This record gives sequence, structure tokens and C-alpha cells, in this order.
Amino acid sequence: MTIRIADLLLILPVLVLTGTAVLAMSAIAVGRNYRVTAFITAAGLLIAALSAVTLMPKTNQQVTPLLIVDPYTLFFTAVICLSAMFIAVLSYPYLEGLDDDREEYFLLLGVATVGAVVLVSSNHFVSALLGLETLSMSLYGMVAYTVHSQKPDKYPLEASVKYLVLSAAASGFLLFGMALVYGQTGTLAFASLTDMSESSLGSGFSVVGLLLIIAGLAFKLSLVPFHMWTPDVYEGAPLPAATYLATIGKAAVFVVLLRFVEISEALSLTGILAVLSFLAVLSILAGNLLALLQQNVKRLLAYSSIAHMGYLLIAVVASFYTEGRVGIEAISFYLVAYIIMSLGAFGVTSMVSRSDCERDTIDDYRGLFWRQPLLAAMFTAMMLSLAGIPLTVGFIGKFYLFFAGVEAALWPLLASLIVGSGIGLYYYLRIIYRMLEPADSSDQSTMSPQLSSGSYGVVLCLSLLLLGLGIYPAPVIDLIEAISTYV
Amino acid sequence: MILVALIAVLFVGGLACWLSERFNPSLPRVIALLTVLLDFALMFSLLDAEGTSTWVAVFEAPWISRFGISFYLAADGLSVLLLMLTAFLGAVAIGAAWDEVQERSGFFYFNLLWTLAGVVGVFTALDLFLFFFFWEVMLIPMYLIIAIWGHENKNYAAMKFFIFTQVTGMMMLVSILVLAYFHYLQLGSLSFNYHDLLNVSLTGEMGMWVMLGFFISFSTKLPSMPFHSWLPDAHSQAPTAGSVILAGVLLKTGAYGLIRFAVPLFPEASMAFAPVAMTLAAVSILYCAKVAFAQDDIKRLIAYTSVSHMGFVTLGIYAWNEQALQGAVMTMLAHGLSAAALFMLAGGLQHRIHTRNMPDMGGFWPKVPKMTAVAIFFSVAALGMPGLGNFIGEFLALIGAFQANVTLTIVAAFGLILASVYSLWVLQKVFQGEYNNRGFDDSHLTDLSRREMFYFAAMMIGLVWMGLYPQIFLSMSEPVLAQLLSESAQTMVTSLEGGL
Repeated sequence: MTIRIADLLLILPVLVLTGTAVLAMSAIAVGRNYRVTAFITAAGLLIAALSAVTLMPKTNQQVTPLLIVDPYTLFFTAVICLSAMFIAVLSYPYLEGLDDDREEYFLLLGVATVGAVVLVSSNHFVSALLGLETLSMSLYGMVAYTVHSQKPDKYPLEASVKYLVLSAAASGFLLFGMALVYGQTGTLAFASLTDMSESSLGSGFSVVGLLLIIAGLAFKLSLVPFHMWTPDVYEGAPLPAATYLATIGKAAVFVVLLRFVEISEALSLTGILAVLSFLAVLSILAGNLLALLQQNVKRLLAYSSIAHMGYLLIAVVASFYTEGRVGIEAISFYLVAYIIMSLGAFGVTSMVSRSDCERDTIDDYRGLFWRQPLLAAMFTAMMLSLAGIPLTVGFIGKFYLFFAGVEAALWPLLASLIVGSGIGLYYYLRIIYRMLEPADSSDQSTMSPQLSSGSYGVVLCLSLLLLGLGIYPAPVIDLIEAISTYV
Repeated sequence: MILVALIAVLFVGGLACWLSERFNPSLPRVIALLTVLLDFALMFSLLDAEGTSTWVAVFEAPWISRFGISFYLAADGLSVLLLMLTAFLGAVAIGAAWDEVQERSGFFYFNLLWTLAGVVGVFTALDLFLFFFFWEVMLIPMYLIIAIWGHENKNYAAMKFFIFTQVTGMMMLVSILVLAYFHYLQLGSLSFNYHDLLNVSLTGEMGMWVMLGFFISFSTKLPSMPFHSWLPDAHSQAPTAGSVILAGVLLKTGAYGLIRFAVPLFPEASMAFAPVAMTLAAVSILYCAKVAFAQDDIKRLIAYTSVSHMGFVTLGIYAWNEQALQGAVMTMLAHGLSAAALFMLAGGLQHRIHTRNMPDMGGFWPKVPKMTAVAIFFSVAALGMPGLGNFIGEFLALIGAFQANVTLTIVAAFGLILASVYSLWVLQKVFQGEYNNRGFDDSHLTDLSRREMFYFAAMMIGLVWMGLYPQIFLSMSEPVLAQLLSESAQTMVTSLEGGL
């Protein structure tokens, strides 16, 4: 199959992102300039997002067997590119004081985004694997980025190696699963599984294959019991890298998982639903319970992200039982909500941190409310949104999940959602309470760093989105309802 | 439109309080008081509008069309009574906080007004999604009030309050969603509109579970046994104004929810469940009265008496006849005033002598004669003295309940005796006997100021009015309750016919 010019237009966002990476690399080769590199990357990400938005209304086409470009792809492309741009802006002040080469970080960020965009466009095992590896490879570099610094605050090398080893093992699972499925069907497209009849001799093979694929993806999504790496990697990584891992790294993989189970009708195979339900309940309970014990904000957010991925899985299970697309809508909306609130929460944390001094224990936030009222109010809003309290987008997301669950009559899963959210309240409120406590007068210096206006703008923008979509979500709900028909 | 204005005024006023602290720390309280009084004044226009139909001042606008959710507010006689109680106690709470809250006053009044806005929303929302939305919106500011301005163990109390209400709230959310989904299955469209959902028939086991989702959420807020344990903690730790709002208004949202939603939406399941609910009510009345008697902390004591009195409300609601419901509504109003006043007295004492421990007190009568008089008045009101509002409420509730369940009513009536025991016991401990100063600084033990007397007098007038001429209140809620009764009776009849 040859590629025509018209096809190239359709994958414009990927091309723009690749071009951005090349341009940034050339700029570094000509002369190191932190500001210029950051600007090129941010601008490229913005252009890619805009191009995805302009393509969205009228595009629905397969480009080569590997990539599907439909409004759903383009919607998530835009979301991912915008989030990556926000992360680039948040990274800028964080890495500014790094005593090492700083420019390549943005290169890695751009390449990782290419991987993420390929991931959300894939309906084929090859592109899914390529996207996943591009994303992961860049993330190894981002997680380890501060390793040569003389005064790294964290343990980037430990985090990176841990992530590398376990992630490679997960890719192995994924590949082996794909091979088993390929052995049955002879093609690598997601749709291939639908041709298999349940009664054929090899259906056991394909169930094993599917389970291996699910295990591989569950690792990337850090679902319990594949979650062990998450808190350590989040804690050890520089904050912007952890942010990337927690938001885009999760959302892109979830989109591909969703597309895979929808296209391949994998959920109808024996046992798969039971496995997914089991993973969901385990992730919700273990994630929330372990988060209770944390004193470190990054670890706490890591465990809470495990729980949130569990919530999302409920909607995946629900999508099998519901007649309409409500499960897919719920997932899509919740992913957007999750990106907004996690970006915001990590954003506030990275605003008050620098590469040589991260403020990531809960005690660091003591009295923030009285020193930086606006910043603390925004952080509070993010926490309440993660807890699913009304007025925030997190509540609408949770409402969507509940709705999907009710429609599918998944009472045990809904019960675990309620229990999990109840436990979750405790640790989110603990952070809020710590911010409300009176500040120690002795440590005036600790929590009044120079806040960069760019980061402030990003977090403010996210807070407004969070409240805006929490109060009037109708436009986004309508959009998601429209694009969900393409999955 | 007026209903939107009622809510918006409070939201905007709250923001104004927060911002005005910059200019002058004593400005927020003035703005807060003016905001609440403006709201109160606006509510009087609802009284004039009455007469044409049960619902006055309806406002509806599309909100989230995907789910058939609309921004639907409406008020009837019952809502208007509770709205006025809310605004009145809002003003009283601001009075209670006037001198007590000095630190970060702007943010305090912001939270106070936003809590009130949430409550006003709860009393007027007729879209169940919107109802739930306001139900949760009032939690966060209340949490902040307890967590920031509370006493020694405020973190624990605030957290417990929030988790209890939020978790049970999620059960209600699931119930609401099931109801909306059954509307979709039975009538072909998604809707969260109260009037639409009344047409859904949920029977059998499903109906019972869904009803329980509502019941648990409402009876946690009310609170009733066995979901009451958050209340004593929240009350003892909250600042006075927080206690006033909590006891006077927030608890009433639970009772309102039972009257408006839990029973009418599931008449059959509720009738089947009524013996259990009435038993819980009777147990609440007696058990919490007994526990109240065992308290040393004066605010905890009043909190337990609140639970005990709210038992009469549950009893009345689940008797589900007109007298019992009237009694429940009157108890809500009268208890709103008397409990608020008692908490203000306890808060006033704590503000003066920095302790809530009753064994340390005693013989305050000669020191603070006015305060003693006020305390006697409200204690006597709380124990159900004829001529005051609480008597009317509890008497009607018991008369109504007697027609529904004789045994439980007789048992519950012993609560009145226990009420006199603990009320008089408090008076004896604190105000009578030898003056006694153990381990606290009594240099600030001054009598009530003129401003405080003004607030207490306003509440006294309210209670006497309710006690001597309750007709004006009864006639406002009467048509609403009559309609609720006839609607549920109709549903029962049709479902019986369907069953035959």
C-alpha cells in the first residue's frame, strides 16, 4: 500500500511532532539555548494540537494498515499534545537551575509525545507496540534526566533502571501475547480476533494470548498486582517526568486498551471480564489503602493514580453490558478529567519545587493556604476533584462512571468504587488539612519560592477548566458522545 | 428566577466577604449579615406569590442534556418554611461569630455563606442531580469551618463529618442513577426531574435497595441511629456559628430529603420499611437521651439531645399521616431554633471560660443572671413544655405515630421524660448550686451582651409564636403534605390493582 499526499495530511499531528523533535535537535546542534529549545518544543506541541483540532470534524480514515485517523484519535491527539505543552511549560522553571545539559529534555518530551500520539491512533499490534516503545524509551531518559547532576534531590537512576527493567519485561509479555494471537489468526490487526470462533481448538491459546496482552498493558497502567514499580518511579523521577508518566503515559495506554477490547471484542471471550473486574477491584482497594500510609505527595499521587485506573476499568467492564456507547463515553470523559486534575496536582507540586530541591512531603505544604492562598486554593480544588466532589470535573467523571456501572448493573464493582472513594477522601483531605494548618513562623523561606508566571498560568488554566467543566460540562459531554461512536 | 437570585446572592456575598478582608478585617461580618438579610427579605416575596398552585417561583433551564439533567428549582410551602429558617439561623450564626471569629474572618464568612447557599439549593432543587450537587456542595465549606476554626480535635471531627456524609451520599447517587435508568427503561428517556421520577415504579427487592440508598444518606445527615456517631464530634469541635448552622439547618436537610424524596419516590418500599425506621427512631430517642445524660462535655450533650429530638422527626415521617408529618415539620422548625440557641449558649460559655467540661462549672446563676434565664427558657423549650414550639411538634408527631404504631409510640414517648431529666440536670450542674471555679479563669465570665440578648430574644419570640399560634406554619405546609400523602396513596392503589 502506497502512501499518498492526502494520507500525509491526515497524520499531520505526528509529522508536526516529529518535525519539532528534529528541529529542536538541530537547534541544539547549532548552539545550546535552553529558552529556544523549550520554545520550539512548546510551539510544536501547540501546532500539533491545533492541527488535530482542525482535522477533527471531517476525518475518518485508515492511513496504512497501522494507523486509524478518526475524530476519536484526533480528540485524544489534541488532548495529549496540549497536556505535553503544559508539561513543557511546567518543566521550564523546574530544570532551569540544573547543573547539566538541560536542552535534550525537551527533545525527549517531544519524542515521547510522538509515541503517545501513535499509540492513540493505532488499531494494529505493530503500531501499538511501536508507539508504546517510543513512549517508554523517551520516558526512561526523562526519568533519569537529572542523573548527572551534582545535587539531584531524588534517585533518578534507581527509578529509571527499575522502570526500564520492569517495563521491558512487560513489553515481553505483550509481545508474547501478540505472537500467540498471531499464531491463531495470521494477522496483526486488532480486528483479527473477531474472526475466531469460540469453539475452535485454539481458543485456549488466544485467551492466554489476550491475558498476556492485558498483563502487559496492566503493567503500563500500573494496575494491581502489576503496580509495584509505580510509587518508586514516581518518587525517584524528576517531577515533570513523573507528571508525564502519570498523565499522558496512562491516558495513551488506556485509549489503546479501550480500542483493543472494543475492536477485537475480546471481552466476550471466556474469563476476560472476570480478570478485568478482579484487576479493577484490587487496584481500587489496594491503591487507596496504600495511599493512606504515604507521607510523600508523589507516592500518594502514584497510589491514587492506581486507584483511578481501577475506577476506569469498571467502565471498560460496563461497556460490554451496556447497549449504547456509555461505557466508552465514561472512559473518555474520565480520562480527560483525570488528565486535568493530575496535571494540576503535579503542576502545583512542581511549581514549588526545583530540580535540586523537591517539596514533596505533605509537611512541606503546611500553612500554604495562608502564604499562597491562590496556589493553595487551586491545589485544594485539584484534590477535591480527585476525590470526586461536585463543582469539579472529577465529580462529573465519577458520575459518568457510576452511570455506566448502574446501567450495566455491576453492583459489586460499584460497591468497591464507593468504598474506594470513601477511603480516598481521607488522604486527599489530609493534604488539604495540612495546608490549612497555621504556618510555622520559623521557616519563612521554605514555601515562598519564586513562582514562574508560565507555570502559574498553566495551573490557573487547569483550575479554570476543572471548575468550568465541573459546573457546565455539557459541551465536552456532547463532543465525547459524538466521537465515541468511532471507537 | 427569584430562587436563582436567592442562591446567587449568597455565593456572591461569600466572595465579597473573602475579598473585603483585605481592606478591613471587620468588613466581612457586616457584608455577610447584609447578604443574609437581603436573602431573608427576598424570601418574603415567595410568601406573597403563594396561592395559585403548590409550586411557586419555578425556574428551569437545560443543563446537561445528555442525561436529561436540567437546572430545575422550585419551592412550595414546605421549602419556604425551611428557607426562612435557613436565612434566620444564618443571621443568628453570623451574630454568634461576630466577636468569636477574629482570625481570617473573610474566609470564615465566605464558608458560612457558601454553606447556606448549598442548603438553599438543597431545599429548592427538584432535579435529583442538582439536588445531589447542592447536597455535596454544602459539605466542603462546612468541613473548612470545622477544620480551621474548630477546637482541639478539629481534624478528626471534620474528617469524620465529611467521610460519613460523602460516602453515604455516594450511595444516594447510585440510587438516583438507578431511578433515572429505570425511567429510561420504563418511559423511554433519561430524566432526573422529580416529577418524572415519581412516575417510575420500582417494586420488590430493587425498590427496597434503592430506597435504602436514599434512607441511609438522609438518616446519616439527620442523624438517626446507627449513623449518628459523627454528630457529637462535629458539634463539640465546631465553632459556635458552625454548630448553629449544623444543628439548625444542616440536620434539617436530612429530614427534608426523607419527606420530599425517600418516601414519595418509593411509597411501597417505605411502607414496608416503616416499622424498621420507626424502631430506629424510637431507639434513637431513648438511647441518645440516655447517652446525653452521661456526657460531661456540654456541647456533646446538646448534640446527643439533637439526635434524640430528631428521632421524633423520623417517627413522624414514617407514620406518614397528616398529623405526624405536621409534627415532624414543626419539630424541625422548633428544634432548629432551640438547638441553635442552646449551642450559642454553650459556645458563649466556652468563649468566656474556655472549657466545655460541666463538672468544672456550677453556681453561675448569680454571676450571669440573664444567661441563666435564657438557658432556662431554651432548656424548658427543648424538654417540650406546652406553649412553646417543640411541644406542638413532638405532640403532633406522637399523635400521628400513635395511629400508625401504638407500641413504638408508647416507647418513644418516654423520651419526653428523659428530655426533662437531662435538660434540668444541665441547669442544675451549670447554673445552680455553689459557685465553683475549678481550674478556669473566670475573669471573662460576663453576662450576655445586648447584641446576644437581641438574638436570643428573636429566637424566643419564634418559639413562643410556634407554641401559641402554630396555625400559620401548619397552614403553609399543610397543602404540600396533603398532596404528598394523596400521591403516595394513589401510587399504592395503582400498584395494588396492578398486582391483582
